[in-house]
Amino acid sequence: MVLALDIVSWALIICGGVFAIIGGIGMIRLPDFFTRIHAAGVIETMGAGAIFAGLIIQAGWSMIAVKLVLMAIFMLFTNPTATHAIARAALGEGLIPLTDDEVEEDLSGYVLSDLDMLELEADSKETDPSKT
Amino acid sequence: MFTAAAAAILVTMLLVLIRAIKGPTVYDRILAASNFGTLTVTLISVYGFLTGRPEFLDIAMVYALINFIGAIAVSKFVQFGGVQQPLGEDDAGDI
Repeated sequence: MVLALDIVSWALIICGGVFAIIGGIGMIRLPDFFTRIHAAGVIETMGAGAIFAGLIIQAGWSMIAVKLVLMAIFMLFTNPTATHAIARAALGEGLIPLTDDEVEEDLSGYVLSDLDMLELEADSKETDPSKT
Repeated sequence: MFTAAAAAILVTMLLVLIRAIKGPTVYDRILAASNFGTLTVTLISVYGFLTGRPEFLDIAMVYALINFIGAIAVSKFVQFGGVQQPLGEDDAGDI
């Protein structure tokens, strides 16, 4: 039983380390801020989460496991909140998501509807005097 | 095996730190700093197990709290130019 728990915890810890490295490579290689959020989510959720799960199994029934569970739950709630706040700040400041040129017209209506309305108003203001 | 986990976390911290240094926008830097804090919390926990002193978990818990507040505060500072809520806008105080 102890050996089985050891194997499960080692597998979780190694899995978390591999996910963390994959997320780190993604932070370097992905081309855009909004795509790098995805790599950050891999690190924060799978990497740290799997490592914490392995440490909880290693700790057994003790006060240490309670602290680890508290930290894991707290990080599981706060990290997406912080990432959402950063993404909302970036989008509010006008950082435009990188899209493919062919699908940009279809996607931009959903992603940046307010900015598109501003652009349309600007276009209509520019074109109105020429028409009249 | 804790050594392997600590090494993997250190490699990831290096990669995230590269992104924090050369990030083209300020939001890349904020995201990388938030991620670096998360990895620091994980590294402190693993190091506590590695040295057989799990009392380090209290330090890691405090660091997790500070990391969340820091990320929220810096993103609000960059967006609004201050931590306080701006006046006269309806939904500008939301995070």
